[in-house]
Amino acid sequence: MGLLYRAPWASLPRRLTEPGVLDALRLSLLTATLATLVSLVLGVPLAWILARTTFPGRRLIRALVTVPLVLPPVVGGVALLLVFGRDGLLGRWLDAAFGITLPFTTAGVVVAEAFVAMPFLVITVAGALRGADARYEEAAATLGAGRWTAFRRVTLPLVAPGVAAGAVLCWARALGEFGATITFAGNFPGRTQTMPLAVYLALEQDLDAAIVLSLVLLAVSVTVLVALRERWVSGVL
Amino acid sequence: MKVRMLVGLALATVVVGASACGSNSTAGSGTTPDSGSSSAGAISGTITVLAASSLTGTFTTLGKDFSALHPGTTVTFSFAGSSALAQQITAGAPADVFASAAPANVQTVADKGDTAGTPVTFAKNQLVIAVKKGNPKGLTSLAAIAKPGVKVALCAAPVPCGAAAKKALDAAGVKLTPVTYEQDVKSALAKVTLGEVDAALVYRTDARAAATSVDGIEFPESAQAINEYPIVALKGAKNPVVAAAFVDYILSDPAQQVLAAAGFQKP
Repeated sequence: MGLLYRAPWASLPRRLTEPGVLDALRLSLLTATLATLVSLVLGVPLAWILARTTFPGRRLIRALVTVPLVLPPVVGGVALLLVFGRDGLLGRWLDAAFGITLPFTTAGVVVAEAFVAMPFLVITVAGALRGADARYEEAAATLGAGRWTAFRRVTLPLVAPGVAAGAVLCWARALGEFGATITFAGNFPGRTQTMPLAVYLALEQDLDAAIVLSLVLLAVSVTVLVALRERWVSGVL
Repeated sequence: MKVRMLVGLALATVVVGASACGSNSTAGSGTTPDSGSSSAGAISGTITVLAASSLTGTFTTLGKDFSALHPGTTVTFSFAGSSALAQQITAGAPADVFASAAPANVQTVADKGDTAGTPVTFAKNQLVIAVKKGNPKGLTSLAAIAKPGVKVALCAAPVPCGAAAKKALDAAGVKLTPVTYEQDVKSALAKVTLGEVDAALVYRTDARAAATSVDGIEFPESAQAINEYPIVALKGAKNPVVAAAFVDYILSDPAQQVLAAAGFQKP
């Protein structure tokens, strides 16, 4: 509400079409969506392992998955640098073997956002899996379905609302990520300057520009969350 | 030398104390000038100093020296990019003193009427090219770091070191595209120390402070983009007496020697 009250409504149209604003918005939406996709691919199997299997060290895996939730994002960014940076544990090998460097690239932004947002997805999906009745899968097994078929055609549809809710939370968290992004991916307009970074820097130069950027981010987030139909995420969100 | 400084401090304290007549500060008004070795006046209290991040090392030391000189005073610091600090002050952050890396940021604060008194320049600083210790890539000039394939970190434009970097690059006629615009000079330096970038334009004092991991390469165009550091007490100061005393201390000889030893130039 404070944003709405203080917004420079008169100059809003002009400011909205400034190249920097559209660049930052486009980048933010792109990286948040990519980060969510990465989290889905990695996170759903991880959630299944946590919810449906028992093995020694499971608690450690669960703790490791939830660490980004309690870690201050900047600390996460530093940790990413130490592992995936040019001189990092894995980054050194990536650079030597494939010529890939992650810091200061859009891919780096996606990695940073996925790192902080994936726990939301994993926890939501694991919760949904734990709540889903395992007997359906057992029934499928007795009818001759293999593990993968049962997962694909019985489990996933059962927990679809949970996955959808997790994906939404993940996307929203990725969109708002600041600390890990600015530390790991740096800040360069068009390549790594997402909306939160643009807002922070605009604050120092031009308060009105910062308010406009914040309003845009708020509008986009609210639109997506409102557009989510109730039944798609029923019981979870 | 010490007596002159003590008398100066005491006089300033008396003047401020008299003008702040009726304010809530308990000590400091009407103190008599001291001669000899005891500390001037009986000022006490805590002040918050917002200082540019390039002043981190020196001001932390000077804060301790000031408190030693005036037992009963405490100086707390907040170091960040000067533009971020200016924005915080104009938004109402409680602070007593502002030490900026460029006059422009103090001007922003003064325009909103948040300064008390005239800003005084207490130091100057110049840029150097910071590279990993030993200069593995042999970068020795602005033209060298502007070559494609060299990763450079600059400060963002509203931050003083970013503005100075732009001036120096324009003076050299070099077009440089960095991989990142950092929000303060220490972040830019950190990227060099971590090995993420090959070079960064930071202050001579920052390169010296990180001398174990970084080399500072001088370049001629830095002389055309010298940063002047003003310091000023703020209008919303909770402890204007100690604030003024701190400002005077920074301008005094012992403090100036500490700054010079770190690589700052005389104002």
